[in-house]
Amino acid sequence: MGKKESTLPSMALTLIVITVIAGSTLGYIYKLTAGPIAAASEQKQQEAIQLVVPVFDNNPAQEMYKIAADGGDSLKVFPAKKEGINVGVAIESVSHKGFGGDVKIMVGILPDGTINNYAVLEHKETPGLGTKMDTWFKPSDNADAGPSGNAFANWLFGIKSDAGGGNTSIVGADPLKTNLTVSKDGGDIDAITAATISSRAFLDAVQKAWAAYNENADAYSSATTKNNDAQEGGAQ
Amino acid sequence: MNQWKNFSKGFFKDNPVFVMLLGMCPTLGVTSSAVNGLGMGLATTFVLVMSNIVVALVKDFIPDKVRIPSFIVIIASFVTVVEMVMQAYIPALFEALGLFIPLIVVNCLVLGRAEAFASKNSLGSSIIDGLGMGLGFSMALTMLGSIREILGSGKIFGFSLFAESYGMLIFVLAPGAFIALGYLTAFINKVRKA
Repeated sequence: MGKKESTLPSMALTLIVITVIAGSTLGYIYKLTAGPIAAASEQKQQEAIQLVVPVFDNNPAQEMYKIAADGGDSLKVFPAKKEGINVGVAIESVSHKGFGGDVKIMVGILPDGTINNYAVLEHKETPGLGTKMDTWFKPSDNADAGPSGNAFANWLFGIKSDAGGGNTSIVGADPLKTNLTVSKDGGDIDAITAATISSRAFLDAVQKAWAAYNENADAYSSATTKNNDAQEGGAQ
Repeated sequence: MNQWKNFSKGFFKDNPVFVMLLGMCPTLGVTSSAVNGLGMGLATTFVLVMSNIVVALVKDFIPDKVRIPSFIVIIASFVTVVEMVMQAYIPALFEALGLFIPLIVVNCLVLGRAEAFASKNSLGSSIIDGLGMGLGFSMALTMLGSIREILGSGKIFGFSLFAESYGMLIFVLAPGAFIALGYLTAFINKVRKA
């Protein structure tokens, strides 16, 4: 290499040519992938909505509206309807109390105020610890599902499911009756082992969604019960 | 040059992780599971092969004094391509690797091969060198990820081997990466010298 002499014009010319080629190539690839990237994130949102609310036949993404929540966040609400009747809402909620940044989740709330299901959309928690929040707060049967579940281990070693190791599910919980904070803070939910901060952040996001929805419920839906004073023992 | 030797040196004799100790940041950072290690390894392999190709092609046109900035621009372009393509078509892996994808740019392994090999050798040798080094890197990361995943959470490639509560938490966290890497490096070097 170095057959070319390092003079100022030749160096400048080389760098200009390289950066122009690199820039235009990247611009082209960006154009190619922009569509699929948007589609992938939209699909993820759709899947999360379908997971957390009962069967619906409308397009929740089109009927999306925003509500204000504690701490100045505005949460996206996706109403799910079947034959025009409200069957629940999916709320995209966020907590800033995570161990490694924001925790973004989708919570499904039924018209009677109970939590139907949830999905974790985005987080930067510790792999293997905080990341367990994806299944931890669900019933053990749910936690076993999927290709990475325990079915293989059960088959291989005849072990009974280990997912029921003391976790409390928030699915089906009514935040009016259940105190959605970790047991360390006097709540009813057991934190993920060695990931109390992630658990707090997760429950904070759930509560935020629930409280915001109930405060705004009257304005949007008469089918929801009034639960304005439900925040006692709430976020810490 | 014997091309088989050129290819296979990346796996054992000059393994980037265990022998040359290059690219430690992704090695320690993403290997909390075997799949993450493999994904990171293959992404790096792609960047390595592509940048080796381009560097080998343009080496005669680049003045000596600006070769490093030129190589970095070439490498950074391919990393950005990997990042966008992965985000579009394998979003799950993209989320798992997160910040470490853009950091492939500063992986010394990639620049090291461009500078030490591709800028001095023919196109064919450079491709084979990139492939060998990249796959050797992938192998090392997958080994490290498997060990940490088995000891830390009782799984391998996501399949449970034993109850997760028996796993040693430390292996999922950063100290486990150092411990596992230290023992693996010692073991490989013992075998290598024997």
